[in-house]
Amino acid sequence: MNTKGFTLEKTIGRVLMLFSITAVIVLLLIMLFILDSGLPLFTKVGVLDFLFGTKWVPGENLYGAFQFIIATFLVTFGALLIAVPLGLSCAVFLAEIAPSWAKRIVRPAIELLAGIPSIIYGVFALVIIVDLVQITFNLATGETILAASLILSIMILPIIISISQDAIESVPMLYREGSYAMGATDWQTIYRVLIPAASQGIVASIILGMGRAIGETMAVVLVIGNVEKLPMGVLDPGETLTSAILLEMGEAVVKSTHYSALFCLGIVPFIFVLLLSLLSSRLISKSSGRFE
Amino acid sequence: MWSECIYVFEVVNYNKYVMKASIILFILGLILFSGCVSKDNNDLTIAGSTTVQPIITKASDVYSAEHPNVRIGVQGGGSGTGIRMVGEGSVGIGASSRELTVEEKRENPDLMTHTIALDCIAIVVHPSNSIKDLSLDQIRDIFSGKITNYKEVGGPDRRIVLVEREDGSGTRSMFESMVMNNTDVSDSALQKPASGAIRFTVSGNPNAIGYVGIGYLDDSIKPVSIKGVLPIEENVKTKAYPLSRNLYLVTKGAPSGLSTEFIDYILSEEGQKIVREEGFIPIR
Repeated sequence: MNTKGFTLEKTIGRVLMLFSITAVIVLLLIMLFILDSGLPLFTKVGVLDFLFGTKWVPGENLYGAFQFIIATFLVTFGALLIAVPLGLSCAVFLAEIAPSWAKRIVRPAIELLAGIPSIIYGVFALVIIVDLVQITFNLATGETILAASLILSIMILPIIISISQDAIESVPMLYREGSYAMGATDWQTIYRVLIPAASQGIVASIILGMGRAIGETMAVVLVIGNVEKLPMGVLDPGETLTSAILLEMGEAVVKSTHYSALFCLGIVPFIFVLLLSLLSSRLISKSSGRFE
Repeated sequence: MWSECIYVFEVVNYNKYVMKASIILFILGLILFSGCVSKDNNDLTIAGSTTVQPIITKASDVYSAEHPNVRIGVQGGGSGTGIRMVGEGSVGIGASSRELTVEEKRENPDLMTHTIALDCIAIVVHPSNSIKDLSLDQIRDIFSGKITNYKEVGGPDRRIVLVEREDGSGTRSMFESMVMNNTDVSDSALQKPASGAIRFTVSGNPNAIGYVGIGYLDDSIKPVSIKGVLPIEENVKTKAYPLSRNLYLVTKGAPSGLSTEFIDYILSEEGQKIVREEGFIPIR
């Protein structure tokens, strides 16, 4: 029985390992598939023409993705500009200031926010935010980069808040006591001691939120207008990398140049998000070990 | 690995022989079922126009539900691809949203077209827009970006926001060939992935103008008449309304076997009901 129990332990361990390796294999297969489908484009179109060209006309074999890249970054940074100050203040409030009854209401509400499907956000934005932007700025249409940034900022708030809150709460009590002992006020303790001490976790939360914003497709495609023209500001409509893929994939003939070009549009955010998540997991692991 | 898995089950008191037997049964089942998926005369593949595709997909779903031994595959690819493939004999039926060209007829003189439905696009604006009637030239100038305010065509003083379908859409290519005449649609036009999305945008924005298939018309948007002719069914049938076309199925020679039955089904009352449900105009 003893040896049997031991074998069982070992077997279960191996089965679990097999399952976790599957996740890695799937990631590798996806990478391989995207690269294999996308890279043939560069036998027809130069890499620089793809990255910096501004004309996307599949019918004429023009595949310049610069306007998509710019729109993606405008949308993403717009969302961060709104979500970071809001999220950070909320995290500080929840971690340090909020009475326990407030915590009990706010934290689950925020977690619920993370669970809403993105299409719901998209429809909400299409009905409410687009009109709001159109009326506020007296535009011909409210379907703009700003509208996309606004809805994305709400979507990435839960990520920023919960990870930052955890980071701030994991700063040891010793730091706070030391700070108060020096005669610092609550606010001085927060912005001189706690935020610097939790900075790595906070940065990691921002990076994760950024990854989500870059990859988000459904909510964005509904409100951004999808205009294949280089946007001149956040009040212009635009088209992000992911929304271009969504709009055109149904029509592209499999294995055609157009098809590879769409996969190349996917490679850009894929590489970027991969780098971001590597960076953030490094930061999170660093910050969790630093107080020991 | 397998022996280990089975071992796990044994330890938690599953009978080893039951496990082995069920695995063998499972594999036998796989082999048996894979044998069933073989080709026979009850297979039909249809390829071509993405405009016609929804009708065929729906019709083939209903048809194969009624005839369980029949398998119908539906592919897109566009009218040109569909006509080429049926000419080569690689598909049974081609779907086309245009007539055969002279070259296509020369290459395959025995291709036959069967009209199954009428398609019509309506130019639509917000219900509050006082514009009622436009000419094709005015529509072209609006969509090319030459006219940017409704007051230039006798409407209210509002900026024009163009709403179009995404590249590759059948409705878009129909609009471009029938209205634009090689003029490009302005690159400021908002692109929407579906006719329903165009309707939603136009119904929500007083500045918007777009185009949708006639099946998408409802009270939330207002169709514009072209030179006094409204996009309604009888004007489409008499060809008085300019933005309409026939939708075809194409066969090589006279259809036979399953092809005949399927085409007859689409032309039947039940099939024509599907045509209407998918937003097109039945021919009978």
